[in-house]
Amino acid sequence: MTSVLVFDSKVLILDKDGFMFNEKRIRIITGHYGSGKTEFAVNYTLGLADKGVKTAIVDLDIVNPYFRSRELEPVFNEKGIRVISSSIKGLAGDLPALSPEVYTVFHDKSYQAVFDVGGDKVGATALGRYHEYLDNEPYDMLFVLNANRRQTKDVEGAVKYLKSIEEGSRQKVTALVNNTHLCGETTIDDIIRGQELCEKAAKELGIPVKYIVVEKRFADMLPKEMEGEVFPIDIYMKRPWEDEA
Amino acid sequence: MAKELWKGNEAIAEAAIKSGCRFFFGYPITPQNEIPEYMSLRMPQEGGCFLQAESEVAAINMVYGAAGSGARVMTSSSSPGISLKQEGISYIAGAELPCVIVNIVRGGPGLGGIQPAQSDYYQACKGGGHGDYRLVVLAPSSVQEAVDLTQEAFDIADQYRMPVMIMGDGMIGQMMEPVEFREVAKRQLPDKEWATTGTKGKRKANVINSLFIDPAECEKHNNKLFAKYDEITKNEMRVEEYKLEGAEIVFVAYGTTARIVKNAINTLEKEGIKAGLIRPITLWPFPYASIEAAAEKANVKAFLTVEMSMGQMVDDVKIAASGKKPVHFYGRTGGMVPTPAAIVEQVKKILGGVK
Repeated sequence: MTSVLVFDSKVLILDKDGFMFNEKRIRIITGHYGSGKTEFAVNYTLGLADKGVKTAIVDLDIVNPYFRSRELEPVFNEKGIRVISSSIKGLAGDLPALSPEVYTVFHDKSYQAVFDVGGDKVGATALGRYHEYLDNEPYDMLFVLNANRRQTKDVEGAVKYLKSIEEGSRQKVTALVNNTHLCGETTIDDIIRGQELCEKAAKELGIPVKYIVVEKRFADMLPKEMEGEVFPIDIYMKRPWEDEA
Repeated sequence: MAKELWKGNEAIAEAAIKSGCRFFFGYPITPQNEIPEYMSLRMPQEGGCFLQAESEVAAINMVYGAAGSGARVMTSSSSPGISLKQEGISYIAGAELPCVIVNIVRGGPGLGGIQPAQSDYYQACKGGGHGDYRLVVLAPSSVQEAVDLTQEAFDIADQYRMPVMIMGDGMIGQMMEPVEFREVAKRQLPDKEWATTGTKGKRKANVINSLFIDPAECEKHNNKLFAKYDEITKNEMRVEEYKLEGAEIVFVAYGTTARIVKNAINTLEKEGIKAGLIRPITLWPFPYASIEAAAEKANVKAFLTVEMSMGQMVDDVKIAASGKKPVHFYGRTGGMVPTPAAIVEQVKKILGGVK
C-alpha cells in the first residue's frame, strides 16, 4: 500500500521501503561524470513514477555526448514519464540547447521533477540558469559519489568536486548518494569503501548520506550500520555488446 | 594497483602522461574532448605543457616541433579534425618524427555526427596524407586496452622514429570501464641523436626536414622508410584470435565492434553454430597471416567482416583470404552501431547460402 502525502511542496511517499523518494518536489541529481549519476537518475525516476505520481525527468546534461538519460525516452514514455531534454531533436546533438519546456516543471507544480545535471562545473552551469526558480522553491540536490573515480576518491577530492558543482549551478547539495561501483566488476568491498568516504565527506559538509545505490544482487549483503537507505538498481544504460542477441 | 573507473578519453590521457608524454597540443572536437580537458588539468601538475592551439593544423605542427626536439608528444582529435592534420602527419612521417596521434572516430563524411564510427580506416591505414608512408595504427577494443596500447605507442614511436595512431571509435573515448595502470614491457630504445637539442658548439646542427632537392635522394629516403616498415610488419603485428577452433564462420572485426561480434558468437554457439573471430589489434600492420591460415582450414566456410563503416576493411580481408573462401560484409555507418541480433541473422543467411 502506497500513500502519497503532499505537504508544503514536500512529498512524502511512504511504502514498505520506508522513506525512499522522500525528497522535495524538485530533485536535482548531480555528481562527477562517470560516477553513475545518470544510471541512478534513471532508476530513481522510474521508481518514483512507479509510486503513481506524475513524474518528469529533465535531462540537463549538455556535457556528455553519449550515454545520456534521454536515450531511454521510450522506457520513460511507457511509464507515462515526461522527458524534457534538448530543444534540438535527435540523440546525436552536442549542442548546449535547453528547451523552454524545462519551465513547465517549475510552473506546473503537479509534477514531481528529476533533473539530471551534467557532471562537472561547466555542465552544472546549465542548472544555474534556473536559479530564480530554485531560490524560491525548496529543492533537494543529491550529489552522487563514486570512490572508484580518481578525482573523487578521497574526502578532499570529493568535497572539492562537489563545491565546484555548487559554484557552477549556484545551488547547494543537500545530501550525498554512495554509488561506488566498478561496472560489472563491483565487489561488496567497493561499496563499503565508498560508504566510508561518503560518511566522512557528509560529516565534513554537514549533510546526510541519503542513499546507498547498489545492483540488486548486493542488496541483502550489506552491513547494517550504514548511513542512508539501500537503493537497489537495475542497469538500464547498457552498451551494445551487453544486449541479448 | 587497484582498479579504478575511468572514462576512455581520460584514461588515454593519463596513460600518455604515465609514458612520459609532457607535451600535448590539441583542439576541441566531440567525442574526444575529455583528452585535452584532462591534459589541461594534469600537464601543469607534471611540469608539462598543455596548449589549445588555434586549429588542428597548428596543433599537429606543434607536435612536429616538439617531436623534433626529442620530446614525447601527443595530439588527439576526432575524424574531421584528423583530416585537417593530414598534411602535418605526412610531414612528420617524412621527417621520421616519433609522436602519438589519437583519433576517436565519429560518423562521417564531412561533419557527419558525434556518434561512434570506424569509417577512418582508409584514412589511417591507406595513406591519409600525401606520399609513400605508413602509420602504425593501434585499435583498442576496451578502455584497459586503450591504456596499455597508448603506453606502448610511445615506445613504438621512439623505437622506429615514426608516428603511431591510436584509433578508437567514439565508444572507446566515451565509455566508463575498470582500468588498472600497468607497467609496459621495457624496450631497448635508441638515443635520439637526431633531435634538435642544441649543439652547444660541439657538433654539427641537426636538421629536421622532409624536403629533398635531389629526387634520387628522396627515393633513397623512401626506401629507407619502407625497410623500416618491413621491420615493423615483422615485429609489431598484433591480433586476437577467439574461438577459431572448428569455426564454420570466421568474423573479422576490430575495436568495440569485435565485442559485439563476441556476443553474437556466444549466441550462435548456443544455437549450435560454430563461429570464431579474428580481431586485428594493429590495423597496420594488418594481420594477413591469421586470415590466410583460417582461409586454408577445411572447417571454415566463409568470412564475415563486421564494421561501423561501409566495408573499408573488406579489401584487406579479401587479400588475405586470396579467393580461398568467400568474404561477406555487414556494417552500420554514420554513427549507428551493429546489434548482436543483426549479426546473428547475417550468419544464418550466409550459412544457408553456402553449399
